[in-house]
Amino acid sequence: MDNQLLQTPLYQWHVDQGARMVDFANWSMPIQYQSIVQEHQATRSAVTMFDVSHMGRIRFDGPSGGELLDRLLTRSVLDMQLGQVRYSLICNHEGGILDDVLVYHLESPTGARYFLLVVNASNRQKIVEWITAQWPDESVVEIQDRTVDTAMLAVQGPAALETIQPLFDFDISAMKYFRAKVTNQMKKPCILSRTGYTGEDGFELILKADQTLQVTQNIFAAGRAHDIAPAGLGSRDTLRMESAMPLYGHELNEQLNPLEAGLGFAVSLQDPMGNDRDFIGGEAIRQTKTNGVKRTRIGLQLEGKRAARAGYTIYCDGQVIGEVTSGSFSPTLQHSIAMGYVDQLNLPLGSALEIDVRGKMLPAITCKLPFYKRT
Amino acid sequence: MNAEELMYCPTHEWVSTTGENGETIATIGISAFAVEQLTDLVYMELPDVGNQVVAGQEFGEVESVKAVSPMYSPVSGEVIAVNDELTDQLETLNDDPYTAGWIMKVKLSGVLPDNLLDFAAYQKQCAESS
Repeated sequence: MDNQLLQTPLYQWHVDQGARMVDFANWSMPIQYQSIVQEHQATRSAVTMFDVSHMGRIRFDGPSGGELLDRLLTRSVLDMQLGQVRYSLICNHEGGILDDVLVYHLESPTGARYFLLVVNASNRQKIVEWITAQWPDESVVEIQDRTVDTAMLAVQGPAALETIQPLFDFDISAMKYFRAKVTNQMKKPCILSRTGYTGEDGFELILKADQTLQVTQNIFAAGRAHDIAPAGLGSRDTLRMESAMPLYGHELNEQLNPLEAGLGFAVSLQDPMGNDRDFIGGEAIRQTKTNGVKRTRIGLQLEGKRAARAGYTIYCDGQVIGEVTSGSFSPTLQHSIAMGYVDQLNLPLGSALEIDVRGKMLPAITCKLPFYKRT
Repeated sequence: MNAEELMYCPTHEWVSTTGENGETIATIGISAFAVEQLTDLVYMELPDVGNQVVAGQEFGEVESVKAVSPMYSPVSGEVIAVNDELTDQLETLNDDPYTAGWIMKVKLSGVLPDNLLDFAAYQKQCAESS
């Protein structure tokens, strides 16, 4: 089976670093090199590098790229400045979430302006098909799936800036959060953005596949002074959980809409002029806004280290009120945390609930999200 | 205890036996290989003293950051002791899985099952699976 899995340009590097490789969304990816907890803590205290090349990268060229994306995404795209990155959702007509994405507005070295969409690995095929179905006219926008001929690296942690600064000939500290720039590495184009999925400061690089190994070696040479370590999908998950960032297939799916997911900030129902925006799912989301949501995303903390995992039932006073979507021991907080959906909309913070952990009822207290925020 | 003198389940539990007052007492734990594969242990659910365990059946579970794994009893009998100190000190399993990291002691009913592996056979299985 292994030979059917997709491999990133760093596959052999991961194996050489002692990574444990797993099948993730049809990619062979490192889940951990040593310890998930150590990789987590290194990201919070110093710097780590994640290979996130499995994420889908779809490029939109042509005059109508922005118009197409503005219709597909829950946030407006047409008003994005060059160098801006936006978190957004793609919904179906019923307002159900098809994916959560980052959209980049970029200018190539030749002066061509284009948009780039970074989508979840597990949804790449679905999203490409969805986009194509919504936009059959290929004459005004060229859509290219660039996932396999590029790679994506995330350098994350308080020492990320100092680590990668030597790789660039301009001051990257001037780059703000959620900004991106087409620059270069070893004379080939590279997209640098100040983004990540860990709750720490950090940067992501999108590179040509064939230069990825060399750039990785340069990052590790530059990061040696900061004790840079490789980090895998295991700590990526615990880091994003502490920061309460949703994960598709857990906090997000086609049956949930953005307001239930607590992602109202990622929906612009109106354009910057104050007019109602016309985008797929917009009508359904307006309806939900008028009628109110039926469930809501909450944060839970547990006393011990035992995790309340996805699918476990949440009880309030002996009644089923919802289900856990993600849960783990939190290496930063040193106790177990969980997120889930409940149909009790107005539970005050500090409410005492119970979670059925494989037959044992464990007490859990509702708490505000995120669990962790960097200072 | 010396890892080379223990018997193993294919599911990574170890067992050693001693005779006491005409009874056979089995001491049970999990192997260094299992601990290394699990990494980042956060929780262990142990049986109560007095419980009956059955060879090949689950007697408890061990949880890491990533996943929950059942532990299977290598033997049948009555639990006569559990290592309560272990649950608060799971790092003991990294340092000393074969002595301080013992999990439970069982008074055997009957004989040791014949599907247990000796050290060499167990090592071979681990080498093939990793």
